[in-house]
Amino acid sequence: MRVFVCVKQVPDTSGKVAVNEDGTLNRASMATIINPDDLSAMEAALQLKDETGCQVTAVTMGPMPAEGMLRELIAMGADDGVLISGREFGGSDTYATSQIIAAALHHLGVGPEDVIFCGRQAIDGDTAQVGPQIAEKLDLPQITYAADVKKEGNVLKVKRLLEDGYMTIEAQTPCLITCVKELNEPRYMTIKGIIECYDKPIEILDYPALQNEPLIDPTTIGLKGSPTNIFRSFTPPQKGAGQMLTGTSQEAVNELVGKLAAKHII
Amino acid sequence: MAYNSSDISAFQDIWVFCEQREGKLMNTDFELVSEGRKLADERGSKLVGVLLGKDVAGLANELGGYGADKVIVCDDPALEVYTTDAYAKVICDVVMDKKPEVLLIGASNIGRDLGPRVAARLHTGLTADCTHLDIDMTKYIQFLREASTIDVDSVKFKMEDTNLKMTRPAFGGHLMATIICPRFRPCMSTVRPGVMKKAEFNQAKADAVEVEMYPVSIAAEDLRTKVLEVVKETRKLVDLIGAEVIVSVGRGISKDPEKGIALAEELAAAFGSNAVVGASRAVVDAGWITSDHQVGQTGKTVHPRIYVALGISGAIQHKAGMQDSELIIAVNTTDNAPIFEAADYGIVGDLFEVAPLMIDAVKKVKEAK
Repeated sequence: MRVFVCVKQVPDTSGKVAVNEDGTLNRASMATIINPDDLSAMEAALQLKDETGCQVTAVTMGPMPAEGMLRELIAMGADDGVLISGREFGGSDTYATSQIIAAALHHLGVGPEDVIFCGRQAIDGDTAQVGPQIAEKLDLPQITYAADVKKEGNVLKVKRLLEDGYMTIEAQTPCLITCVKELNEPRYMTIKGIIECYDKPIEILDYPALQNEPLIDPTTIGLKGSPTNIFRSFTPPQKGAGQMLTGTSQEAVNELVGKLAAKHII
Repeated sequence: MAYNSSDISAFQDIWVFCEQREGKLMNTDFELVSEGRKLADERGSKLVGVLLGKDVAGLANELGGYGADKVIVCDDPALEVYTTDAYAKVICDVVMDKKPEVLLIGASNIGRDLGPRVAARLHTGLTADCTHLDIDMTKYIQFLREASTIDVDSVKFKMEDTNLKMTRPAFGGHLMATIICPRFRPCMSTVRPGVMKKAEFNQAKADAVEVEMYPVSIAAEDLRTKVLEVVKETRKLVDLIGAEVIVSVGRGISKDPEKGIALAEELAAAFGSNAVVGASRAVVDAGWITSDHQVGQTGKTVHPRIYVALGISGAIQHKAGMQDSELIIAVNTTDNAPIFEAADYGIVGDLFEVAPLMIDAVKKVKEAK
């Protein structure tokens, strides 16, 4: 049994976001992190490894420096990493991205007892589309929004979150599960893991390595193969400046409440 | 003839996937049907609702009342409770047969499970969590005029463009992106709940709605997951979207989280009855409050009458989630906190000192009335 975990390196949008003059994101000036939901996916995989001793493989698509992230995931406990990287893959939307990752997983071989974990969504795009689309391309069942995962033999029992409760869903392996952060508390890298992570294998899958995969078709990958295009991106206008209320806290509060009362807001 | 998603001229009409749970329509359905009606009018085409479930045909009139010309009903015991496999198969079957130009899906936990699966199978594009939709170019330009800093008059637009223009926030609303799907149909979009406005219910339209019962075929081997149970959480979920007043807390409560949250509750109650406590991501991540309180991009987008931010610095996700509130009051110890850029009124100070004063002052005004 092998567990694949699909992860993405994302700009840390929780702090200040740097924007170029043309309105695009200045990724170079922003710190990168492992996408938070993907860390929960990794933890879910590592818990299965703790129970069963299965192999855990971290898979990512991105530029070559994303290898550093894979090393971190190995230091957490993953056995190996796969980096899908190539100029041909750049500019892919979710459809094209899932096509490429699915091809890579097919190339690696998804066995009858295997599970693929993904994070629910990445904080840079917030689409939650790539996981289900990988499942579709590989013709596997999917369970999204997983908040609890139990595996008994080839049967998975998953608590799937709804807005107003949850469903308990049963599925057979192989299957794809997308994880929310409520699922678990991701573990830290271990000292031993950090020391050993540079000795573990990382496989690079570039375009030549995948070009014979049936899912890899130049018309369905990369910018040109993406069904969706950005028509326009723009910045919203700044709201008119508000008013800072000064003086002591009591004076400021009095002024505020006076204004709210005068405007019949309270 | 084989289905071909790039044969664009073969596709027509605007469709809305209408989600039901336990035989009841969702509020998002009415929002999407109302929005879809506008798009259908812009395009000069029909608005069709697609409804999957068991014994659900009776819900069609309600959808008609909000603007659907027609409802396609797929009725089968296997569709009573949502499963990805059954719903994706039926939706794809109907789409391949009837070829809609646009398919809108509510961005609920179910819609966001179904949408990507269907788009991948149909070989078409899907834009997630949209907050604004246009077909007519004149209307889109008007939207840009109001909602962007683009100098619209200096840009040349193709006025005859009839692609669905799907706008969504990117990177926490710091950037907005309009996405198109020019080469494939249907254009698919999941639409953020609570954003599109529900139309007035029209009884005449409700009575006039056309219902088409569409036969479905679902084989046992199509279904690879089994729903063992559906549980409604007894815990009352916080209704941030419907709240009139939200008092949110941020990292500023860290020296005494319990007291900070209690102050927020008291202040919210002082402002009004439909008032709830919100929270920034930091507070949820720290485990001080449950995630249903979270305001922000991956949490919820809110637009209450009054929004009070206590000790929230104003990370972009949070600002994106609350900046459309009618009135924003911010209290923070740091005078250059980004939250003040979004605020109508700002007070520099410690929330543990300012909030009790606010509670007293608001109560006094209310009592005097």
